[in-house]
Amino acid sequence: MSDALDVLDQVGKWKNAGKGVAVATVITTWGSSPRPVGSQLGVDDTGAMVGSVSGGCIEGAVVKEALAAITDGKPRLLDFGVTDEQAWDVGLACGGKVQVFVEKVG
Amino acid sequence: MKAETVAALQDARTKRHALVLATRLSDAAETLIYTDRAEGVLAKDAALLSAAHRALGIGRSETVDLGGEKIFLNVYVPPPRLIIVGAVHIAQSLAPMATMLDFDVTVVDPRGAWATSARFPGVKVIQDWADEAFQAMGLDVSTAVVTLTHDPKLDDPALEAALKSDVFYVGALGSRKTHAKRKERLAEVGITDEMFARVHGPVGLNIGAKSPAEIAISILGQIVEVRARRLEALAGPKVVAA
Repeated sequence: MSDALDVLDQVGKWKNAGKGVAVATVITTWGSSPRPVGSQLGVDDTGAMVGSVSGGCIEGAVVKEALAAITDGKPRLLDFGVTDEQAWDVGLACGGKVQVFVEKVG
Repeated sequence: MKAETVAALQDARTKRHALVLATRLSDAAETLIYTDRAEGVLAKDAALLSAAHRALGIGRSETVDLGGEKIFLNVYVPPPRLIIVGAVHIAQSLAPMATMLDFDVTVVDPRGAWATSARFPGVKVIQDWADEAFQAMGLDVSTAVVTLTHDPKLDDPALEAALKSDVFYVGALGSRKTHAKRKERLAEVGITDEMFARVHGPVGLNIGAKSPAEIAISILGQIVEVRARRLEALAGPKVVAA
């Protein structure tokens, strides 16, 4: 996906500038979900974002996990969906489910 | 994701190579699978390579389960290309809109007054005859060609070359009457009725477009539709997991 590559362009620029960076990727979707599998969100250590993994519903929660991944270096697998109580907190209103993989770059 | 992986993905885009990044979800270990080679921890895993080549063929990213390990296959394909023949007013709207839709845009026109970078900031402009330019660029299945000049001596060679290639979309600006005449002229250079049927003309979706920007939208809408239908057909029905 070329939009994913635009995300990686920015990720590369952040890395070259010496920033801590993480990438979140939609790896599975069920039902109606706003962004297809392979969509990516890049996050730097200040919480700046590029790209998207949803229509804006879960980015806040994903950024939080991305910042944690930048700190501890561990990859994370996040589930968001209507059956998940956390999803109500972050509001995945479309009724779909998505699984997002978050990993540090570097 | 390793920094080298980011660089490899960017390099592949520059060279217009398709590839798959396979990530083992348990530990984020990475393998890059190209059409002709693989690099990384699982580069010798036959089951992974076979799954990755399948994903590459249909252009769809997916998570697979290989021997109890979940592996995400992210397919990176080069962006589709749009070649606009005719550096005209409509092209000035079409080029930036297509860029926004992630198309790799090139404007071709042999007329120096038209084909200038000043008129088309940020896109490739080739001041040459379309058939010559096409030969240098190489038309492929991820390319769309639109002719906008209204001038047979500029449009016809472009359409002839496009129809003799496997580009996924061919569109030609002009009325039904113009289009019928075009068909007669192209028949003389070996374009059969069946081949000519691939040309979308009058070009674009029928949304009552009048201004250059509206016509650009109608053309892009049609290109997006044709491309999406083609990719859907390639991938088959989407399997919905329980």
